[in-house]
Amino acid sequence: MFRSERARNILYQVLLLAAVVGVGWYLVGNTLHNLETRNIQSGFGFLGREAGFEIAERHVAYDPSDSYARALWVGIVNTLFVAAAGIAIATVIGTLIGIARLSTNWLLATLASAYVEVMRNVPLLLQLFVWYGVFTELLPSVREAIEVGGWLFISQRGFRFAWPAPHVGWTVAAWALVAGAVLAGVWRAYARRVQMATGRQLPVGTVSAALVLGLPVLGWLVSGAPTAIEIPVLEGFDFQGGHVLSPEFTALLLGLSTYTAAFIAEVVRAGILAVDKGQTEAGMALGLTPGQRLRLVTLPQALRVIIPPMTSQYLNLTKNSSLAVAIGYPDLVSVTNTTMNQTGQAIEAIAILMAVYLSISLAISLFMNWYNDRVRLVER
Amino acid sequence: MANGSMTPPVATLGAPRAPRAGGPLGWARTHLFSTPGDTVITLLTLAILLYIVPKALDWLLFSAVWGRQPVAACDAVRGEGACWAVVWEKFRFMMFGVYPFDQQWRPALAIVVLCGLLVVSAFKAFWRPLLAAIWIAGVAVTFWLMGGGLGLAPVRTEQWGGLPVTLILAIFGIGFAFPLGILLALGRRSSLPIIRSLSVVYIEVVRGVPLITVLFMASVMFALLLPEGMRIEQLLRAQVAIILFVAAYLAEAVRGGLQAVPKGQYEAAEALGLPYWKMMGLIILPQALKISIPPIVNSFISLFKDTSLVVIIGLYDFAYAVKKSVETDFSWKKYFIEAFLFSILVYWIFCYAMSKYSQWLEKDLARGTHR
Repeated sequence: MFRSERARNILYQVLLLAAVVGVGWYLVGNTLHNLETRNIQSGFGFLGREAGFEIAERHVAYDPSDSYARALWVGIVNTLFVAAAGIAIATVIGTLIGIARLSTNWLLATLASAYVEVMRNVPLLLQLFVWYGVFTELLPSVREAIEVGGWLFISQRGFRFAWPAPHVGWTVAAWALVAGAVLAGVWRAYARRVQMATGRQLPVGTVSAALVLGLPVLGWLVSGAPTAIEIPVLEGFDFQGGHVLSPEFTALLLGLSTYTAAFIAEVVRAGILAVDKGQTEAGMALGLTPGQRLRLVTLPQALRVIIPPMTSQYLNLTKNSSLAVAIGYPDLVSVTNTTMNQTGQAIEAIAILMAVYLSISLAISLFMNWYNDRVRLVER
Repeated sequence: MANGSMTPPVATLGAPRAPRAGGPLGWARTHLFSTPGDTVITLLTLAILLYIVPKALDWLLFSAVWGRQPVAACDAVRGEGACWAVVWEKFRFMMFGVYPFDQQWRPALAIVVLCGLLVVSAFKAFWRPLLAAIWIAGVAVTFWLMGGGLGLAPVRTEQWGGLPVTLILAIFGIGFAFPLGILLALGRRSSLPIIRSLSVVYIEVVRGVPLITVLFMASVMFALLLPEGMRIEQLLRAQVAIILFVAAYLAEAVRGGLQAVPKGQYEAAEALGLPYWKMMGLIILPQALKISIPPIVNSFISLFKDTSLVVIIGLYDFAYAVKKSVETDFSWKKYFIEAFLFSILVYWIFCYAMSKYSQWLEKDLARGTHR
């Protein structure tokens, strides 16, 4: 029987599976026994209990009397918020630096290289410590806040700036912006189909701009055109009014985006270098304008090379946002850590933590794979 | 040959071709002032540099306080010069953490041994079975120096700290993750469905979560997973977590190498009638590993930086020792920037050297295959 390769293969696999299950069984058994002797109840029942701790920064309503589930949700939203903002800023800085590294201007290229070599060779955690230290120790106290133009106040309590007073008009405008972006996408797809079918070119740029800019303005006008701006005022021990970026959030955002930008710069550089020079020349020979050449010839080919490594950089940034716990930004890891310490439900808390990160990673991968499929070279 | 013949990486067609001239002037014309736009960029950048660099140099070097000096010397130039005296003052704590003071020659020697291991591994001449023996000896000596025994006073791992801990976590992390990573990569490429799916699930789950969650798990859950009464030290827990974490990344690096080995090599090995392990060990892996060395070195660089995350579970690695050294001393606390800059410099030297090595190695290995 052992002479048959098939039989052997099945035997090996069964043995491995048995070993994995056996070890798992042993560990679970130990855990159940330990939980019993320590009198810890397992299960997710704790999620419904009152959390009882304050979360300093949040984008959804939360009160210490809310449940642990709600607190974790606040953490998830905070993580997603800082990751999304970080991805946007890192992409912009990284692209600029990647292009600068390829510049024929020696000074610019050298400075860009220096940036990349310094940023990516220093642990992110130390960079966060430095940013956070600068924002909390070296900036002046609230009373001596640095004032910029009467609308921005920089102090140890963060960056507080003038912000439109709450009004339904702003909410309408924000949603109109989202609607405008979606409609612009639909219009672009339609224009492409028309061009494919008839060769007729519909105006994409102007219509998109009109939709993205016009709809919010229209929504703002229709819903009362609010113009009141809240200027921060020093009252007692802190400023009141306006909008504030806390030192924790600012340090995390700056640290994450400047660090990841160094990696993105390398990705962008490699992508641009991968496009053959003959492609640009062919575009010129066809009489395309520089803008058309970039949009129709260079970028689509560069993007094909750029997207897969860019995806892993976005994933890295999202995972690295978990370093927030070291400087006290209430992201998912911080909130979970507090929950774990208060309830003792370590296994459940870590399971939730991992499940959330896995889902985020999976969602970003799926989206980028979908996008990658769209820009992929259609092979004949 | 004149400098003007050096072609810039990307030539923008349509831009006026710069006149070819030798000497520094010609170089400046092609590399700094080739177009009006270029000139504007150069002048702007120069202006910014002229504003920042003298100030930065003054703060970092000329007005700074160097050497072993009291904190009052730093307070006198606060804001104008850096206080490098903090590095002198806290050097022993930054480097060795809470290791017994009179025994600190031992971790110092351990740093030398560990760096020696790295340097030896970097030479291609040592890429032979001998290297494994050197590693085993290096590991043994390190643990003897750090932990004591055989004539040295024993020091518990709770007291280990500073740079040796960072080096141990990174070097042993990659060393032990390496075989595990190879097994996982082979498993992922295997034709046996159960083995393949177990490997895929492990690799993808670990790569989908941040290192912190794995460290948390090790720090909190190991106590629950093990039989009652059995305890593992915090350092070992973190080490195991790092090994399990890095193995998934190494597996992907090795898989890249396995995929790059031409299919004919597999077929030739099968045609010779070699069984699976002989085929892998004698034909495929030697080629695959050579291809995957550069990504493995890159994994090591990220791991070296990532070891700083053990700060979060309270382990005294180099980053935490530096942080604690200034945080716990009120009079020096305000010079934390200088302390962090020092640690940044140390990490940077290690990582930059390794990344340069990796780039050189990549070119060197590529040349080998083209011959």
